Amino acid sequence: MKVGRYKVEHLQTDLLIIGGGTAGCFAAVKAKEAAPELDVLILEKAHIERSGCLAAGMNAINAYINPGETPESFVRYVRADSMGLIREDLVLSIARRLNEVVREVEGWGLPIMKDKEGNYLARGRWNIKINGERLKPIIANKALEAGARVLNRAVVTDLLVEENQVKGAVAFSVRKQVFYVVQARAVIVATGGAAGIYRPNNQGSAHHKMWYPPFNTGAGYAMGIRAGAEMTSFEMRFIALRTKDVIAPTGTLALGFGAKQVNSRGERFMAERYAHLGAEGAPTPWRVYGPTQEIKEGRGPVFLDTTHLSEEEVRELKKSYLNMYPELVLAWAANDFNPAEEPIEIQGTEPYIVGGHTQSGYWIDVNRQTTIDGLFAAGDVAGGAPYKFVSGCWAEGAIAAESAAEYIRKKRGKEEFQEIDSRQIEVKAEEVFAPLNRSDGVRPHEMEESLQKIMDEYAGGISRYYEMNERELSIAQRKLEKLKNQVKYLTAGDLHELMNCHEVIDRIDVARVLVKHLQYRKETRWPAYQSNLDYPALNDREWLKFVNSRYENGEIKIYERPYEQLIPGDRYLP
Amino acid sequence: MSVIFDYNQCNSCRGKDEPFCVKYCPGDLLSVDSETGRPYIRNEADCWDCMVCVKSCPFGAIETRLPYPLASYEASLKPRVLADRIIWHLKDASGREEVFEIKNLE
Ligand SMILES: Cc1cc2nc3c(=O)[nH]c(=O)nc-3n(C[C@H](O)[C@H](O)[C@H](O)COP(=O)(O)OP(=O)(O)OC[C@H]3O[C@@H](n4cnc5c(N)ncnc54)[C@H](O)[C@@H]3O)c2cc1C
Ligand code: SF4
Ligand code: SF4
Repeated sequence: MKVGRYKVEHLQTDLLIIGGGTAGCFAAVKAKEAAPELDVLILEKAHIERSGCLAAGMNAINAYINPGETPESFVRYVRADSMGLIREDLVLSIARRLNEVVREVEGWGLPIMKDKEGNYLARGRWNIKINGERLKPIIANKALEAGARVLNRAVVTDLLVEENQVKGAVAFSVRKQVFYVVQARAVIVATGGAAGIYRPNNQGSAHHKMWYPPFNTGAGYAMGIRAGAEMTSFEMRFIALRTKDVIAPTGTLALGFGAKQVNSRGERFMAERYAHLGAEGAPTPWRVYGPTQEIKEGRGPVFLDTTHLSEEEVRELKKSYLNMYPELVLAWAANDFNPAEEPIEIQGTEPYIVGGHTQSGYWIDVNRQTTIDGLFAAGDVAGGAPYKFVSGCWAEGAIAAESAAEYIRKKRGKEEFQEIDSRQIEVKAEEVFAPLNRSDGVRPHEMEESLQKIMDEYAGGISRYYEMNERELSIAQRKLEKLKNQVKYLTAGDLHELMNCHEVIDRIDVARVLVKHLQYRKETRWPAYQSNLDYPALNDREWLKFVNSRYENGEIKIYERPYEQLIPGDRYLP
Repeated sequence: MSVIFDYNQCNSCRGKDEPFCVKYCPGDLLSVDSETGRPYIRNEADCWDCMVCVKSCPFGAIETRLPYPLASYEASLKPRVLADRIIWHLKDASGREEVFEIKNLE
């Protein structure tokens, strides 16, 4: 398909929300609540009804203050789980709102499981069980009901920023040849994290059989990086422990059904080798490092032992997965697999960048404002606060929305929208649509494979058991610079492929920042997530601080930011 | 593999601006063939197997097929979406059937 002229459509809104997922939809509701007179517009690359992490559903809420716990005990737990380094102000502000946002969504129709006394059914210390198959439609409908406008199938590529103040964003439609220019008084970015940076567990016809949505490609990070926003902690990658092959979450098995990790010899290796760190309750990175080392040292495969389950429990287990990850149930059926008879094989995923599990993302203040005036961030795209999960993303969406509404009222409520330089828009649009006009060049899938190969082999991917050293990282860096220069050869046959082109452009920008961060932290703070073999030990004396970065004049500059302890106590005790 | 269409069941969502399956796929993987008017998947390898399209079809015309390297042939999982619940029909490779009914809206 050769594409002729695109049409430019100009839109204006008070509050623009980029990405209508978990955090974005919730933020829309809260913004309308805080300031009903505000016009709120969501730009979503898919369709808000079933987009992002919640597409298939959820079976638990993983951040909830159960009876006996407090926001402070939550912060202590998250701090220890993240090896003593988090933004305590951010985590505390989320913790204080977790229960309120969960009750609110329950009121919108989410079924939460209860015991005989009517209390929420806990699944582990911070989790409660839900029947969340329809969670995404529930919150999407609420955003519409609240009066937010939504533009679906609009892929945002860049922020509009002048003198470090956000002015809006640009996007293109994957349905018609339209280039959107959106002017806004404030913007919340909520595009989720990034998958597909590293070579995934499965390849070929199964390459998208991954845990994190392959359609969350780090756009929000990339547009922030390009606009000069400060980013934090990219080096704290997220690697999930998942069922082998189908890559389904294992929390359901471990927390919900008491399954323990065993190696090929039947040893409970977490208890045997990592007792000093809490055995099966060791910090999350160690729970990925442990089994990965078993496999590396020849004691794999590693399993979650489910053979104690009764047939009735297996039925419950299947139900639980049908609420969130139905294809695992199908895979068991196809392979005549019964978890009551055989243990479930597990493995680590490829590394993702996900600020809602670990803490890579925008550097924000406690109001969720980024270092760009008027630009706010919430959910997996926002940094500094691990352990958010679905409820923490809602809490953060609420905080961002309320702060953005306040910001508009105080600073930009009366502002007239300035005419945008049409020449500048034309240049941008030409650049965005350029791959459609190249007849010869590199297809986005080829470039994606190239990126994933570099990252896997030189920046600690699955094939390297997540480990890396300085020499490898410098090779990765060099290869990524070369790849970045190849972006001008990307070619697309239609608008869908054009989206794929921008996805790989974004992934490359994220990967470049990631490698810089991995190079800078000269210790190993989070084994597996960040294992540097040249500096294998944790070093609190020199490295109890955040590694941040900013894109300046075409270069990624690193900044160090101090850690502040707010909640007293031993940082390594949960 | 990814999803397969049963064109005996599918009526191409006649009368709708855009078929449900095409409208909701989070990866924009489904499209309408301009010649036949039928939905198809652009690239099977890009499917996430999230079953959003499967659930969205009012006629049950779409079925998930896992990538062959991960699951042998046969077996099926079919959801039926009702107002406040979802009913899953599971058939394993040996033909055993199971039904799960889950309330998903209060
Ligand atoms: C399979 C899976 C199961 C999970 N299970 C649980 C669970 O049971 N319990 C729990 O608490 N947590 C769970 N989590 C974690 C939790 O779902 C996420 O942390 C949370 O949903 C992230 O919210 P978000 O708003 O940041 O991202 P998302 O909800 O993914 O939203 C991001 C949105 O941005 C859109 N977008 C992306 N790029 C662009 C662009 N360029 N332009 C426009 N829009 C764009 C996406 O399409 C998407 O709609 C799970 C995650 C996954 C992946
Ligand atoms: S939703 Fe069902 S009926 Fe409609 S086009 Fe898709 S497969 Fe056909
Ligand atoms: S299963 Fe999900 S990703 Fe695959 S085609 Fe259907 S909606 Fe799209």
